[in-house]
Amino acid sequence: MSMELDVFVGNTMLLDEEVYKLWLDGYTVGDAVRLRLEGGVLQECEASEEVLHSDTMDQFRTFQMCERFLHCPSKLANQLLFQIPPHRQAMLIERYYMFDSGFARELLGKKLSKGTKKDLDDVSAKTGITLKSCRRQFDNFKRVFKAVEELKGPLVENIQHHFLLSDRLARDYAAVVFFANSRFETGKRKLQYLSFQDFAFCARQLISYWTVGSVDSMLEGMDVDLEKEFLHDLKDLKILITDKDMLDQHKSLVCAALRGKIKVFNEMEGNFKNLSRALVNIAVKLTHTKDVRDLFIDLVEKFIEPCRSDRWAVGDIRLFLTHYTSTAHKLDTFRHLVIWDRYMGVVKSCILKMYHD
Amino acid sequence: MPGKLKAKIVAGRHLPVMDRASDLTDAFVEVKFGNTTFKTDVYPKSLNPQWNSEWFKFEVDDEDLQDEPLQITVLDHDTYSANDAIGKVYIDIDPLLSSEAATVISGWFPIYDTIHGIRGEINVLVKVDLFNDLNRFRQSSCGVKFFCTTSIPRCYRAAMVHGFVEELVVNEDPEYQWIDRIRTPRASNEARQRLISLMSGELQRKIGLKVLEMGGNAVVGYLQCFDLEGESGLVVRAIGTACTLEKLSNSSAAAPPACNSPSKDIKESPLAHPPGHGCRSTHSSPVHTASGSRLSQNFSVSVPTLIFTGMRLHRHRSLGETGPEHRPQTVLPGRQCRPPFSEDPNPNTHSSGPSTPLKTQTYSFSPSKSYSRQSSSSDTDLSLTPKTASPPAGPRIFLCPSSPALSTEPPPNHSNSFQLSPGPGTAQRFTPLPLPLSGHQYPPGLRKSVSFSEDLLLAASGMGSGGSAGKEGGPLKTLLRQQTQSALEQRGASSSRIFVRTREFPFFTLTSFPPGFLIHVGGVVSARSVKLLDRIHNPALGNTRSYKLLDWNSFAADEPETRDAWWEEIRQEIKSHARALGCHAVVGYSESTSICEEVCILSASGTAAVLHPKFMQEGCLDGYSDPSRLSRQPATFSAGSEKGEFDIFPQSKDSSAALGLEEPSPPSCGFCHIPYDELNIPFPAHLTYCYHCRRQKVPDVLFTTIDMPAEAAVTGKGCLIQARLCRLKKKAQGEVNATAISNLLPFMEYELHTQLMNKLKLRGMNALFGLRIQISVGENMLVGLASATAVYLTALPTPGGIQIAGKTPSDITYEQHISNMQKKINDTIAKNKELYEVNPPEVIEEVIGSPIPEPRQRSRLFRSHSESSDEVSELDLSHGKKDAFVLEIDDTDAVEDIHSLLTDTPAPAGFYSCNTEIMPGIYNWTSGLQMFTSVRVFRLSNANLTNQGLNKIFNDLCENLLKSLYFKLRSMIPCCLCHLNFTVAVPEDELIQVAVTAVAMTFDKDQAQENWKLGADKTHMKAIVENEEQLQFPLELCTESPSTNPFSPCRGTGLQESANAHATPRAASVDYSSFADRWSSWIELIRLKAQTIRRGSIKTTSSLEKASPLPEGRSRSLRSTRSYAGSTVAVVKMTPLSFIPGTRIIKYLGIINMFFIRETTSLREEGGVSGFLHAFIAEVFAMVRAHVAALGGNAVVSYSMKECVFMENPNKNQAQCLINVSGDAVIFMRESELEATPAPPQTSCSGGEVTT
Repeated sequence: MSMELDVFVGNTMLLDEEVYKLWLDGYTVGDAVRLRLEGGVLQECEASEEVLHSDTMDQFRTFQMCERFLHCPSKLANQLLFQIPPHRQAMLIERYYMFDSGFARELLGKKLSKGTKKDLDDVSAKTGITLKSCRRQFDNFKRVFKAVEELKGPLVENIQHHFLLSDRLARDYAAVVFFANSRFETGKRKLQYLSFQDFAFCARQLISYWTVGSVDSMLEGMDVDLEKEFLHDLKDLKILITDKDMLDQHKSLVCAALRGKIKVFNEMEGNFKNLSRALVNIAVKLTHTKDVRDLFIDLVEKFIEPCRSDRWAVGDIRLFLTHYTSTAHKLDTFRHLVIWDRYMGVVKSCILKMYHD
Repeated sequence: MPGKLKAKIVAGRHLPVMDRASDLTDAFVEVKFGNTTFKTDVYPKSLNPQWNSEWFKFEVDDEDLQDEPLQITVLDHDTYSANDAIGKVYIDIDPLLSSEAATVISGWFPIYDTIHGIRGEINVLVKVDLFNDLNRFRQSSCGVKFFCTTSIPRCYRAAMVHGFVEELVVNEDPEYQWIDRIRTPRASNEARQRLISLMSGELQRKIGLKVLEMGGNAVVGYLQCFDLEGESGLVVRAIGTACTLEKLSNSSAAAPPACNSPSKDIKESPLAHPPGHGCRSTHSSPVHTASGSRLSQNFSVSVPTLIFTGMRLHRHRSLGETGPEHRPQTVLPGRQCRPPFSEDPNPNTHSSGPSTPLKTQTYSFSPSKSYSRQSSSSDTDLSLTPKTASPPAGPRIFLCPSSPALSTEPPPNHSNSFQLSPGPGTAQRFTPLPLPLSGHQYPPGLRKSVSFSEDLLLAASGMGSGGSAGKEGGPLKTLLRQQTQSALEQRGASSSRIFVRTREFPFFTLTSFPPGFLIHVGGVVSARSVKLLDRIHNPALGNTRSYKLLDWNSFAADEPETRDAWWEEIRQEIKSHARALGCHAVVGYSESTSICEEVCILSASGTAAVLHPKFMQEGCLDGYSDPSRLSRQPATFSAGSEKGEFDIFPQSKDSSAALGLEEPSPPSCGFCHIPYDELNIPFPAHLTYCYHCRRQKVPDVLFTTIDMPAEAAVTGKGCLIQARLCRLKKKAQGEVNATAISNLLPFMEYELHTQLMNKLKLRGMNALFGLRIQISVGENMLVGLASATAVYLTALPTPGGIQIAGKTPSDITYEQHISNMQKKINDTIAKNKELYEVNPPEVIEEVIGSPIPEPRQRSRLFRSHSESSDEVSELDLSHGKKDAFVLEIDDTDAVEDIHSLLTDTPAPAGFYSCNTEIMPGIYNWTSGLQMFTSVRVFRLSNANLTNQGLNKIFNDLCENLLKSLYFKLRSMIPCCLCHLNFTVAVPEDELIQVAVTAVAMTFDKDQAQENWKLGADKTHMKAIVENEEQLQFPLELCTESPSTNPFSPCRGTGLQESANAHATPRAASVDYSSFADRWSSWIELIRLKAQTIRRGSIKTTSSLEKASPLPEGRSRSLRSTRSYAGSTVAVVKMTPLSFIPGTRIIKYLGIINMFFIRETTSLREEGGVSGFLHAFIAEVFAMVRAHVAALGGNAVVSYSMKECVFMENPNKNQAQCLINVSGDAVIFMRESELEATPAPPQTSCSGGEVTT
């Protein structure tokens, strides 16, 4: 005595956003029914649990059938199997590609490989996101990554064009792709306090200023990789710390500018050379891929932590970095101002974003 | 009339990966039509090939154009091995053959594979150049338009309704051919799909021919069905209503084409069809004569019964008219009947038959029931008359539901098929002869009731003959015996029969009519017959492409049983039932089958009605029956008769006028008035004067299979009611099985009817529309499902309550129980009345001839009864009178049983449901529309189930399904589920399958009640206008020349018959031109607009990939930056209704009739049975939409899923499903657009990659 078969098909796809969310979250039908019950669907409409189960089952099946189109959103628009009003299509796609920032944080900078996928159960356990949902999100990352890694042109627009995502979501994906491509280290203990959004911000900075696309005309460049030439040129900044005179001069200029303006002036003055060395060394090392990956850990270890231990306020940091950058222009013998500004602009924003508890 | 078919393959997209190595595909396309095949080049390594082929041209006969589909196969080229098929597309080019429909087919079609489903899409362009051909002997019927819609299509006007057309084509089922053992499932499925496509093409062509012969140009209410008979073959049959339609734009009335071509007979022409070509019937063939009787080979084992009813008539005919073959069709069946008429007086109705010139066939009529039973396992017929109770006097035994015993009597039941055998008997009953005669004296016929008889005999006897017999006192009992003898004779005699037969049945598949068309409605008539599919295999069949079973020429003993004959019998029976109700026509007519193994139940049902002859082609009604009726009336009761004639029209005119003037006036009530003679009521009924006009009598309850006439006055809203029933039966084979089924059927009909009646009362309503009773047979059970829309017709009396009576008064607790129950029921009724807003104005009832006390009183009465045992006996008395309002309860179980049956959970707030086109009482629909199909299969446990248990399960199944629908569609509230069409099947031993197709439509709640006239969509207004226009004519007709009009009395004598024949045509031909002139210029206007629009739409057609003209919610797309430019699939709406609210249909593009098979050998991987079927149904929708879009349409109306056969074998991980769908492709425009800008709305967005 059982329902052997139970199917409902509408000419226009009928879907309940709440159920879609449950499906995306990877719940089983049973769990979804339970959650819906708790959510009080039945109160608004007289029905039995059985009805709810049937409805949930049906929608889950529909979503499953739809999934292959979602993998290639442009197909969703001209597939013939389901008739879906355009705004619904947009909703389906957007939700499907939406990801949990907790999950993304875990995956950030990791290689989107099979190995990583195998470890998703750990991620799932850690984040409390169902394994199924983790897999979907992982597959989305990978799919987007594959689709755009070789493409020319602005990363965000590429993603948007291929996956029909909203601007915001496309930017987040750009960050994910960027991190995955450059394999930035984000998993270290010291970086745990940083959220996905912190990194996404940094990624945007890097994409905007350090990649090929950032200088070349938008159409030519590749947004995914940092500009090799630029990284190479960063070596030239070494003079700021190797030239003793220049270092002293820089220090005095900064001190002059900041005197009385920041609370931690003394600490700054005492620590200036170390800080300056740290920042310049980071720049200089960026020619090595490995050191590129360590960019964020270096920023934290070499700059943020010392500052934090001296209890710098964010405002102090902002002032320091602003003047640290600008005073370099006053150094007589320092000629690499373009590179310097390009470097410091990004580093400054990143540090400011990352400087919190 | 040859034509040139041109096809161009443009491109493909989303193709599947066929080469694993490269993840790509080397695709090419084969285009096949008939025996000619073209190929495109291979487009290497792409999933989105651009073939852009040349135009492939096929020079073909138009006959082939009609029969054959264009077959497009997409393949993957493989250098070293055989090319792999990716999938196919079948394109029906029929829509291109009519000048008014589509001009080009162009668009993306899903590439369909029976194993893998949809695999990508292909863009195709198809055109046809037809050369005009005036050859009269052509076999084709290009240009005849087909509509599934069961009303006059919205942008046409019916200049003439010619009547019933039917055809049937048979072939061997490829699935059962020997070759099937060695070919792949794919090949087998494709063979089947192709064959069915061919057969339906052929069927349509043949029907078209008949229509042309009748002088029509269209078939409305086209209903095509497949019977998968397994070993014994595949039957494709269709019925429809031939009409002459005129575009509304065209004001010149088309003169009705000469109707009497002698060839009408053709359809029945027994032409032998050359096997090779299938049968194309030539109408001209003189062959008719040849046709002899065929033996019914049904499994009639012992009984040699043969012929059927038909014979008699024929004989008559032939006799009467010397040259049978040549007889012009003018001879109406009705006329034929006449002679019998005259004979009627004979005590033996049957005798009349014999008395006819035919000598040979002296069959005696005595169809005693019992006898008939035996010989033919007939079952009892139940009359479902509301008051099932009273068995009429002796003769009509069958009617009494209560006397099922009869059925059982016959021990050795031979096959049901035999029923036919009673043929002789039946013949007579058929003979409209007796019936018509009876006209005035109507025997107690069944009236709203459904009479169902498995056997013709019974039925016949029951209804027609029985009735007449009753009067005459000669129950037909004897006849069966003679069967054997007669058989031989019949054969001989039968030859003539064909001719007679040709007479059309006065049937109409339409369910709604132009105002003024429907004069009276008698009630539901139905008939069922159980047949054994013959196991005899005709070797000749194998070779023929298609073969019409009905091959009159051959008398060979092993000739296959003719399905034609089966249906003929059923139809005759229906016809006779209608006559018994004093009606000359059957409307809302439909036919269906249920097959299990070798047993087949054939069912037909319709609504007996009196139609206005103005619209009819002469002869398509039972001509004289109408006149006879009317004429008689005067005779019988002088006073009444006049009224009878006049009342009707004035009345309707009143209403129409009222409507036109926008008075809040009562719409007409004329159709509720009884068509039969009050003094000779065919069954016991309570008649009262119409509550609306007070001038005519109306019954207390009215059951019909049609939609509610738009002008009818209702109180409150309607609601869906269903009667559900399961009956176990033993597994058996062959005749035993058929007998068992036959025996069960009457009980089921009875019980279903009782349930319907009770549920109707429970809702405080008094009429049913859209009644559809389906009985499905399985190996170990029968399942019955009756659905209808209940309403409160203002013209009919207020229904009384329901009284519960204990059969045997016993202890007090029991009494209490009963009174509790009674209370609950009373409460429910009160609640329902409130729910459906049924608050009829208080009226003083005048009960006429009703044996039952006035309802209110009665209820008081009964309540007291339940408390005192004394009075219970009184109760019983009333029960004995078969008062349908009283429920009798034998024991406590039964109480629960009844209670549970009566308490269907009502739809949640905000929901209404009905199975008719629209919900009575709701007028202001908004544009929300959601068509859906839901299928459920329930597996019963092995536990021994009782009938009750089974009933409960089935009932829950249906209730839960409804609840699920309500829940799913809750976002559309307030909304109404319209046209809820349930289909039940018993696919396997323990499975019950229920499929539902319906549409949910939103409406504006606030206005729901008031000012529907204002809020109503334009179509409504239009209807009103038509109303006005059309009614004038009838008025004139009546007033001017009552004496010469078609109603003129022709009392049936054979001689008069001929006179009548002349008279009728005259009347029918009343000039239409004057009528047509009345079409207002307003219509011109519409036409102009429509034309412009059409032009625009065609443009759309040619540029593919257009976005829908009105993408819903486009504005809401998330961001402007996102480009949905690529998303250019046209939106195609689908609905089972004939219209889309808020829009006007501006063009019909042709009929969609598609058949698909899907099979899988990886059921689990596809998500189990649900996943499999879900995907398949979605694919079917997609293919329908694609075809419509390719025709340039944006909607399918009158969509229906005719067949959904699902089989699974979980152990083998396999499943197979067959689906047949149909509908009309149309272009619609929103009313607002129509008014605002007649400009082409459709050209819209670009994005078409492919254009012409």
